Amino acid sequence: MKCFIGIDLGSTTTKAVVMNEDREVIGRGITNSRSNYDTASAVAKQEAMIDTRFTLLRNNLDENDKLKDNQDVFLHDLERNFRREQFVEQLDDLQTTCLRNAEGERFNEVRTDLTEVLASVFDNLREESLALYAKGAKRKSDFFRDIAGGRFLTLSEDFSKQAGISYDYALNVYDKSIIEVENRPPAGNLEGKFFNGLRNLTRESPELGISFEDVQKPVKDALAVELEESFVVGTGYGRVRLPFPKEHIRSEILCHGLGAHMMYEGTRTVLDIGGQDTKSIQVDKNGVVDNFQMNDRCAAGCGRYLGYIADEMNMGVHELGPIAMKATKAVKINSTCTVFAGAELRDRLALGEKREDILAGLHRSIILRAMSIIARSGGISDQFTFTGGVAKNEAAVKALRDLVKENYGDVTINIDPDSIYTGALGGSEFARRAVMEA
Amino acid sequence: MSAPQRKPSTDVQKDASMAKQKAMIDSNFERLGNVRNSGEKVSYTFVPGNLNELVMCFDMVGNYPEINAIQNGLRKKSGGMIMEAEKWGHSEDVCTYVKSDIGMMRKGNIGPTGQPIPEPDILMLSYTGCYTFLKWFELLRHDYKCETAMLHVPYTGDNKITKSMVQYVVKQLKEEVIPKYEKVSGVKFDIDRLRENLANSARAEDDFVWVLQSAKNKPSPIDAYFGGIYYIGPIFTAFRGTELAVDYYQTLRSEIEERIRKGQGPITPEGEMKNEKYRIVTEGPPNYTSMRDFWKMFYDEGAVVVASTYTKVGGTYDFGFRHDPSRPLESLAEYCMHCYTNRNLPERTRMLESYINDYEADGLLINSIKSCNSFAAGELMMMREVEKRTGKPGAFVETDLVDPRYFSAANVKNRLESYFQMIDQKRRAGA
Repeated sequence: MKCFIGIDLGSTTTKAVVMNEDREVIGRGITNSRSNYDTASAVAKQEAMIDTRFTLLRNNLDENDKLKDNQDVFLHDLERNFRREQFVEQLDDLQTTCLRNAEGERFNEVRTDLTEVLASVFDNLREESLALYAKGAKRKSDFFRDIAGGRFLTLSEDFSKQAGISYDYALNVYDKSIIEVENRPPAGNLEGKFFNGLRNLTRESPELGISFEDVQKPVKDALAVELEESFVVGTGYGRVRLPFPKEHIRSEILCHGLGAHMMYEGTRTVLDIGGQDTKSIQVDKNGVVDNFQMNDRCAAGCGRYLGYIADEMNMGVHELGPIAMKATKAVKINSTCTVFAGAELRDRLALGEKREDILAGLHRSIILRAMSIIARSGGISDQFTFTGGVAKNEAAVKALRDLVKENYGDVTINIDPDSIYTGALGGSEFARRAVMEA
Repeated sequence: MSAPQRKPSTDVQKDASMAKQKAMIDSNFERLGNVRNSGEKVSYTFVPGNLNELVMCFDMVGNYPEINAIQNGLRKKSGGMIMEAEKWGHSEDVCTYVKSDIGMMRKGNIGPTGQPIPEPDILMLSYTGCYTFLKWFELLRHDYKCETAMLHVPYTGDNKITKSMVQYVVKQLKEEVIPKYEKVSGVKFDIDRLRENLANSARAEDDFVWVLQSAKNKPSPIDAYFGGIYYIGPIFTAFRGTELAVDYYQTLRSEIEERIRKGQGPITPEGEMKNEKYRIVTEGPPNYTSMRDFWKMFYDEGAVVVASTYTKVGGTYDFGFRHDPSRPLESLAEYCMHCYTNRNLPERTRMLESYINDYEADGLLINSIKSCNSFAAGELMMMREVEKRTGKPGAFVETDLVDPRYFSAANVKNRLESYFQMIDQKRRAGA
């Protein structure tokens, strides 16, 4: 089948969307952008293709009577088991790479101990992966580096201590190896991972009443469909690094404008807050861009600003929003310089302000900056669509709703849970048009 | 295969007029560097509202501080000079022309071509809308303690030049400016000499306007912003009123006539622009420290600037003004008032609107300058108004004059590409 793919290479994450000939989104994939855009784009695309297989499987299962009532549960569980297989596969790769990197001369004196430390660490990581991907378990991130990295460091510190060698050896080996592993596109063999996942699933969820044989054929059929990459459009900051010619590259302004229009047809103003960009885009009734404004020279107030603040407070970036929602007031914090904001934050804490109130102020200051960019692009016209990674942050959304109401009155505000894919969605539609409407 | 990302080649393409222009500008630096031997007196002044024809009547050599900053910017020397000025306490937000000049002074006053820049015998401030110029010369006066003359040019706030405004300027010329120049130079003012110089100016101005308006052709044989900066060089500075300038603009005109005959596009540093895809009007000064990179971003996309307001800071000749030997002082007065920097916002908007229409442009691009408030204030409002009146899209990028720290290439490129693709998308939607 024909697949039209949009890839949005952002400064923090890379997203891919697969669209079919009927303009339906059939797959989405996301990965961290790392230092290698080529790999990030390959991984995001591969993830979107895997997601496409799940969509095809869902269609194949529609006819399956045994799954009439619990198709969603089954697919969710299958994907979880598939992800674990994928995780273990990457763990194996990381272990092999670590062992190879431990062969260097500098490790001569500690090699035996270090090899043992690494073996124990990886045995534990494999063991832990069962709990990590167990039913109902929550992972702090979906990216391999985030999940495996933190635990590797903790475990290797403990085991190094026990072995009586410096923790630095394991740390050195890890630093070198994780980059190699991340920059290697994941191996193929989808069928193996699907079937292993399926076997695990039937073992752990007998209550579904599904046997391996019941779904083997639909899975095989979904994997057998040839997915033809008919056209790929790249967008985002890293677009010039994408391995395809210039006519396959579109500015993210156009892609976000079109993507937002596709999500909500009535969209006239789009605000996208990504890792290093805040974009305000005005579009017409067809999703064609009329005007846009972006932050200039400085990216304070964008997603990375929140990342920095989270680091300063020793928290995960996803924890900021929920804490800020507990605020009873918003403490004023500047948003013109990220580093100063960090200093201001510590100053306010020292003055006895509550953490949630400071965070509420920080979110408000980000949105205030965005409001200025919106105003410069021509203000807000109904409907208003908010996209990008920051749109997932409930405190940012709250501040935005308040300020939009204050400045523009009652406006329909659209926020799609998949808004992080807006640029890639627009890209996939450009790809579809390039072939189907050429 | 990666997307095409060609680096600029080392060979810069130039045509004969460009080489001639460079030789002229260099010769003035040489003349400045040689005043100790020649004994010539030195007059400092700024481009907008300069009185070059008058200064020539006193056998003085002209030095243009902002041209020095520009030339230092183009030669990648301004960054160090700006840092030097900041070391002396000048803030990051101050006009970077000023800081480049002050930094150059502090580093021994060696000009862009390696020749020393002499101290001024007179600082001639023709006030045509830039308040910073006033402060700049105050700083220089503090250091040099030399003669200062100020010509207060009324702002054309309601877009009319009245008889009394002209008289007001002429009176200052007669009572303040000319006597001071006579005193400093020891040369008696000769109005016939001024008439002669003004006649030369008018001849050069005719050809200059023809060159600018040649961009109405499709494809345009010139780039009226990046290329335009070279074209304005002689007429905006020490050569207006000279035979040399007349000659330069004749050469330039013939070159462009030839290009039109052959249906050729502008010559850029990367080579001839072969496929004109977008016709753009620009507002605001360019960025000088990364000019080639900036120009290449246009070249790579097939974008040609067909008209720019920046090439009117030293005179809005394309709207009909010419120096007039029959009304020498009056015409100098009117010239000063006509400079783009002295125009009010509605008039600047009207100019941009007419450029979009007359040059059949696809849109308006504003390069807003961080350290130049007199240019930047109101630009966004102008853009909105031009969009409304012409139906053509506008876009906004931000850079700086000669501070290399304020050119964020990835950001500028991102916006430009988005803008050109937006024009393209609108065209397809309209088709």
